[in-house]
Amino acid sequence: MTKQLTGDNAFKILTAVIVASAAFILILNAYTLITGSETVLREFGGSFLTGRNWNPVIGRESFGVLPYILGTLLTSGIALLIGVPLSLGIAIFLVEMAPKIVKVPLSYLVELLAAVPSVIFGLWGLFVLRFWVLDYIEIPLNNYLGWIPFFSGAPFGLDFFTAGIILSIMIIPTVASVSREVINAVPDSIREGAYSIGATKWEVIRHWVLSYGRSGIFGAIILGLGRAVGETMAVTMVIGNAVGPNAMPTTLFQPGQTLPSLIANGFLEAPTPIEKSAYIGAGLVLLLISLLINIAAHLMVTRVFKFKGGAVE
Amino acid sequence: MKTTSKIALALIAVIIIIGSVVGYIYFGTPATELVILKGAGATFPQPFLNATITTYTTQIKTNLQINYAGGGSGQGISSFTNKEVDFGCTDAPLTASQREAAPNALHIPETIGAITIAYNLPNISTGLKLTGPIVADIFLGTITNWNDPAITALNQDLTLPDHAINTVHRSDGSGTTNWFTKYLSLVSQTWNSTVGSGTSVQWPIGTGQSGNSAVAATVTTTDYSIGYIELAYALQNSVHVAALQNPSGNYVLPSLASTTAAAESLPTSGLPSGSESWENVNILNAPGDEAYPIVTPTYILLYQDLSVIRGMDMNKATELVQFIWYVIHDGQQLAPALEYATLPANLIQIDEATLNSITFNGQPIPTH
Repeated sequence: MTKQLTGDNAFKILTAVIVASAAFILILNAYTLITGSETVLREFGGSFLTGRNWNPVIGRESFGVLPYILGTLLTSGIALLIGVPLSLGIAIFLVEMAPKIVKVPLSYLVELLAAVPSVIFGLWGLFVLRFWVLDYIEIPLNNYLGWIPFFSGAPFGLDFFTAGIILSIMIIPTVASVSREVINAVPDSIREGAYSIGATKWEVIRHWVLSYGRSGIFGAIILGLGRAVGETMAVTMVIGNAVGPNAMPTTLFQPGQTLPSLIANGFLEAPTPIEKSAYIGAGLVLLLISLLINIAAHLMVTRVFKFKGGAVE
Repeated sequence: MKTTSKIALALIAVIIIIGSVVGYIYFGTPATELVILKGAGATFPQPFLNATITTYTTQIKTNLQINYAGGGSGQGISSFTNKEVDFGCTDAPLTASQREAAPNALHIPETIGAITIAYNLPNISTGLKLTGPIVADIFLGTITNWNDPAITALNQDLTLPDHAINTVHRSDGSGTTNWFTKYLSLVSQTWNSTVGSGTSVQWPIGTGQSGNSAVAATVTTTDYSIGYIELAYALQNSVHVAALQNPSGNYVLPSLASTTAAAESLPTSGLPSGSESWENVNILNAPGDEAYPIVTPTYILLYQDLSVIRGMDMNKATELVQFIWYVIHDGQQLAPALEYATLPANLIQIDEATLNSITFNGQPIPTH
């Protein structure tokens, strides 16, 4: 009896230590980012957030991360816009419609997409996808809809749009497999009830299944967004890596940067303390954006959905 | 019985382990102890350095092991300043403040490289001619079309397309960018006043890619693009390169020969010694009919008295100095096959004097 208790206690302490270390690493991380970016924040203050220059030339230093914040939000936005409907389609098809013989191999395939290293997506984007996007999407859009600011400019293939498309492919496995689990968890009694009052398949999915699982699906989308915001390698390879005012998004078809790609490009060879500090500052902004997204998502799930009722928890 | 046999087995195992350790210590170690040297820095000379290291440690000094970590010039300078490595490598010479942070640092030019202007124009694989100011205007965004009168005037034998120019630059901090932007600052007043020079700059237009090979890949796969690439990468990737006008008025293609021609234009006197600042030494726009205009030396950094580095002793210091001596002499024979130019005689002389001045605790070190 006593032996049992000590074992339990030991396990309890062990798990507590592991949980504490996760929190500790996050705090340590934030602390390092804050102390590391002190130099640049002291020098530029609030204009570090709103500035558009990124000039590391000695004697002309000026650092502002606004173009990269916008670049991060823009590429992630494109990724969600394209990736989420596709992922939901995959999830609905797999659960509600696919015959069993297709279901299993297809689920594996979608999950396998998550196992492809991001550098492979980047290489494929750089050598293959970029030309398809350029020839079949960007140039036609630019020719016919060029009067819309979003589609203006001179398409080149290495730009926000291509980066967004690569990201949309990369978030599909996450969003699709989590949504599939959520839809799978919707009790059959809900479907049966809906059918019994004469609903069509589309109506059942639209009004009952998706509505019942919406908080879970929203969680899946947030997971995908998290991946899109933080993705570095693949984005760096296809986004065109412009700096300074040249990276301010004015159209989808221009080179730009996200916060992760900015850091990946410059940090390792930053020669001066102020430049190094500026990259760490960009890291701090990225951490804050990720935190804000997570907090907002949490609030939405707990407040909005629960209030409306009918959500799975 | 069971336990005694277990104990016996354990005893035998222990005896074998102790025996082999003792045996190794008595008979296994080589007559001279293994010496390990550490270096870090620029990636540009890395293929050349690796070749010299392999040849030297397998054919000449088999008791020597040399580890070189190529993490970029900036990393080379900081590792050297913090005395984490025995030698550092950098494309850009130390600035005044960097020299202050690393007192008694010596510059040893080790090899010479060139930066090519690579382009991709359908149906035009050779023969494009450019001048420095035009290259600056292209990267500034003031010349935006391939059939701009400034370009067509130089290339009347070519039919240049009416198409926008896509410029490609390095997005990571790099010694290549440092020398390319220094060249543009030298030939263009506008470039100098608006962008300036450094290992990374705020590019007014264009697309960035990380590393020489990614820039090469982007230029070769993207029509109507132009970029700058280190000579070795350009030659190995068979990228189309432009001939650049040099101060003599000739249009010169980048090659080993034109790089060497530029390197030989260095004055025979008036160059700094290894212990002085090399900041103002450059071979940009070198005189000489056949000299290519964007040519740069790359440096090994050593301390004048090697005792400042932790773990250094006379034996290790001797090995280090003799290895560098090899790099600037016999090692130079390995350079051309890897597309690096050999050091001109005057730089070798300066290097020899520098290496002869190195001491360990005030004691001179035999250099060869």
